[in-house]
Amino acid sequence: MASQLIARAGRAFGPVREARGVPRWIVWAGIVLTLLFVVMALAAPWIAPYEFDQYKDASGQRFVKQQAPSSAHWFGTNVQSTDVMSRVIWGARTELKVVLFAVVVSLLVGLPLGLLSGYFGGPVDRVLVLIMDALFAFPYLLLAIVIAFLLSDKFGSGVATAAFAISAVYIPQYFRVVRNHVVSLREESYVEAARALGARPRTVIGRYVFQNVVQSVPVIATLNAADAILTLAALGFLGYGIQPTDAAEWGYDSSRALSDAGAGIWWTGLFPGMAIVLLVTGLTLLGEGLNDVLNPVLRRRKMEPVTLPPRVPREDEA
Amino acid sequence: MADASALLEVEDLQVHFPLRGSFGARLVGKDVGAVQAVDGVSFSVARGEVLGIVGESGSGKTTLGRALLRLVDPTGGSIRLEGEDVLGLREREVRAMRRKVQMVFQDPHASLNPAMTIETAVGHPLRIHGITRDRADIRRRVSAVLERVGLSPPDQYLSKYPSDLSGGQKQRAVLARAVILSPSLLVADEPVSMLDMSVRAKILELMLGLKSDLDLTYVYITHDLATAKFFCDRVAIMYLGRIVEIGATEEIFANPRHPYTQSLLRAIPDPDPSRSIPRDLPRGEVPDAAEPPLGCRFHPRCPKAFAPCGWEARDLHDMLEQRWAAGGQELFEAERLQLGDLAGLDQPGSHATVPSATGTGADVATLLDQIREDDSRERIWHGIESITPRPGGAVIEFHPGHDPVLRPEGGAEVACHLYNPELADPPGEAPPA
Amino acid sequence: MSATAPVLDVLDLRVWYGSARGAVRAVDGVSLQIRAGEVLGLVGESGCGKSTLGRGVMGLLPDGSAVDGQVLFQDTDLLKVSDRQLRRMRGPDIALIFQEPMTRLNPLMRIEDHFSESITAHEPKLSKAEVRRRSLEALGGMGIPPTRFRNYPHEFSGGMRQRIMIALALVLRPKLVIADEPTTALDVLVEAQILSILADLKRNFDTALLLITHNLGIVAEACDRVAVMYAGRIAEEGDARTVFSQPAHPYTRELLRSVISLNTTGLHYIPGAPPSLIDPPAACKFHPRCPDAMRVCAQLAPVEQRLSAGQRVECWLHGPSDRIPEGGREPLEQGRIAVAEEA
Repeated sequence: MASQLIARAGRAFGPVREARGVPRWIVWAGIVLTLLFVVMALAAPWIAPYEFDQYKDASGQRFVKQQAPSSAHWFGTNVQSTDVMSRVIWGARTELKVVLFAVVVSLLVGLPLGLLSGYFGGPVDRVLVLIMDALFAFPYLLLAIVIAFLLSDKFGSGVATAAFAISAVYIPQYFRVVRNHVVSLREESYVEAARALGARPRTVIGRYVFQNVVQSVPVIATLNAADAILTLAALGFLGYGIQPTDAAEWGYDSSRALSDAGAGIWWTGLFPGMAIVLLVTGLTLLGEGLNDVLNPVLRRRKMEPVTLPPRVPREDEA
Repeated sequence: MADASALLEVEDLQVHFPLRGSFGARLVGKDVGAVQAVDGVSFSVARGEVLGIVGESGSGKTTLGRALLRLVDPTGGSIRLEGEDVLGLREREVRAMRRKVQMVFQDPHASLNPAMTIETAVGHPLRIHGITRDRADIRRRVSAVLERVGLSPPDQYLSKYPSDLSGGQKQRAVLARAVILSPSLLVADEPVSMLDMSVRAKILELMLGLKSDLDLTYVYITHDLATAKFFCDRVAIMYLGRIVEIGATEEIFANPRHPYTQSLLRAIPDPDPSRSIPRDLPRGEVPDAAEPPLGCRFHPRCPKAFAPCGWEARDLHDMLEQRWAAGGQELFEAERLQLGDLAGLDQPGSHATVPSATGTGADVATLLDQIREDDSRERIWHGIESITPRPGGAVIEFHPGHDPVLRPEGGAEVACHLYNPELADPPGEAPPA
Repeated sequence: MSATAPVLDVLDLRVWYGSARGAVRAVDGVSLQIRAGEVLGLVGESGCGKSTLGRGVMGLLPDGSAVDGQVLFQDTDLLKVSDRQLRRMRGPDIALIFQEPMTRLNPLMRIEDHFSESITAHEPKLSKAEVRRRSLEALGGMGIPPTRFRNYPHEFSGGMRQRIMIALALVLRPKLVIADEPTTALDVLVEAQILSILADLKRNFDTALLLITHNLGIVAEACDRVAVMYAGRIAEEGDARTVFSQPAHPYTRELLRSVISLNTTGLHYIPGAPPSLIDPPAACKFHPRCPDAMRVCAQLAPVEQRLSAGQRVECWLHGPSDRIPEGGREPLEQGRIAVAEEA
């Protein structure tokens, strides 16, 4: 069973390996950048020199406030005397935690809804599409703020709240993509054949439709993740996201760095900002690259250059 | 009418697909019509027999095939499989019924799930119907059936994906999947029309072998009369939702009676070098199934149509258009100017008004008479009873039309007024041969 | 018929293109000629390269394909002219009719506009009345009534759309028409109508027609000459009646036998499957499936032989005897063609 899964994953990965030219570089650049931050997030306890909210060192001495980058603090310190680099590294963990949570929740809600809505159609489908389109029409940031606000009343502002707020915003996306794909697959011969075999709708959806729909998910998920990070950072920037005492968060740090900029303190804003840019770029490259590589419509049959061998004189030529 | 040895009995089957009208029409509940894909079809299939359903696009043959498996729900009539009524079954029972009747689809490249290996795909019916879940058992049975369909050695094919196989191999896998549960009835919808010539014979031979080995009964749906002649014991010719002729294969092909059957036979391309392209073929194409012609649905194209065949306003419009297409621009412009808006001729009806552009109906009547003089061989003139000038245009009265029904004629049954003694008799109406 | 110089003269055309698994030899040395007023049927099964050949003649090959040889249209080598010149020729000189008419007409343009665009692109000086006259004439020849001149493509059925496509292709009176499976997607009766229209073409306008199809029946009825293609080469070519009544190449013979017609009494088929164009068999490409294969067929590629009555064939069964080595005529020992290789 495991070997079958590995074999199947290997098959799915095939197009990535076979990619040539520009799409290949895009995918691999995306993979590298994203992995960089994933490693950073996972290894945070070991590579961050200090805790994210640590403002004094082991001996109890307070760090210098807003100190420029130095050997003790590679990225300098901020107004609360915490080490910028540590906050960037711990921040990676926060970002990825929240985004992973958000993507998973969105998928868990949006995917099945899209599957069922697309396959069965009818009034349920029409109603759901209407709701999802309405949600989709909202400016997503506004929606996230409203939801975060409402949830923070009940659950306090923390990682979970931010994650829920973001997932709610992205559910319509997954729903739409999955539902549309299912609607087009529903008419395929092999789906009808499955029904003709006597399969229950559950089996038809699970084994025949889902397996072919799921191909489009990685692309949407990575692009969504990129977007989600921006949303999270925006929430943090505006003060509706994660509070500094809960975890390090790049958006929040950037907002605090605003006032520093006038005083010529550049390190408090530059590094968190760059982190946001790099991670989002990495995820976007990965998503777009995957799209170019996996999407059979976009995947141009790469013509290998071929040279005709000189004409072999056939028997009837002198 | 119930035949004890009949495996399948279909009576007066109707499959109409309602048309979605405009929002306003739906709101008000106005009936916007339906596509009459299958409109009153009756036949029976004996055990071990091969019945061919032959028709062109729009004939409803594909819809009929799907209705037999209840992949679409009929809107009328009855289907009895091994004596049991199929249309009354609930969804769960329908699924159980699909152990007994299976389908082979037309496009081998699209009938297999691209995400499943051959072993999983062919063995899936076993899981679906709960026959067995033991993986070793499934593999054994799948290997046996793969061997039977010629995908040998089976080990080579078990872990392959559909994209690794050729068209013929895919169709063999589809057949394997269809017979693994030993169904009684197999509905084959154009199983070989998307395959190359040299592969078709192999697959047909395979199907014949399976029939005798597994005691199968086939309903073979195709547009290709040649394979139908070879493969089927009995053949039913369908046109626009109805069966126009049905009988034993030898009888139908030796002695085609319905003009449509005759045209089909003449039109089949044949690599016999002494043949040449047939002329005087029925003109036009299969019309829209939502608004089928009145009376006999073939009459607008039939080279032998006569008075009772169901002539109507639309036929008149068609005749004028054909005349203008062939006659050249000057003729078109000269005659067109004398007539008003012809949109009123696009409704079915047994009388019609041809409006005049000049205001007098007499002009229109004269024009029509002149057209009749020009080409009196046009069949529509058999169907026009009178042309009466009125102010503003001419009123055309058509001969009342009748729906043809299947009647025994020789060794077959034909739905054509030419063979209906009540309608074909009156002197002067007898159709020229 | 007419002038002796052929309208189309293809000399040893090769079209190869690369894929991940190697070079695909879609067209591997094909020569043929078509004269004015002549209909040449190019017949073969799927994957034999016939569509590539049709497109290669028009210059519609995908990027990255390697082309070699000569394609002489009247006196111009189509492989050597510039893209612009080719575009100018497509329409008034050479026209192409595709298989799927539904996808080739612009759904947003009326039929009238399709015609005026096509005509005025090549003859901008014509008056509107003249453009209309020519369009209606072309359409009328196809049985499309003038009352529907201003309709949109979706208002026509499949068969009528194909006829509109043909009318569009012919309105500029091209000298050569290449039809790639023009009737495959159509019903038998409509197919017969269109074939009779194409047959009238040559009679009325002296057009040369290259009809590419896999349907032997159509070729027998509608074509003057036929070329049978197998694995990128022409196996046999000659007068249609002669080739069909006395096929010289075993592939043609077996193919004819495997066609199911109204006279079929038993099933015949060719064992095995058409060869891959990436790695075709050595020497004669048909030898693994040929019931008459000899030893030499697996050793040396066959030589083109001219038989009487303008028929030419590439098969060792027809000699030349002096090229066949000692013992070459012995029957070839074929392993039982594994059903695993069956199509």
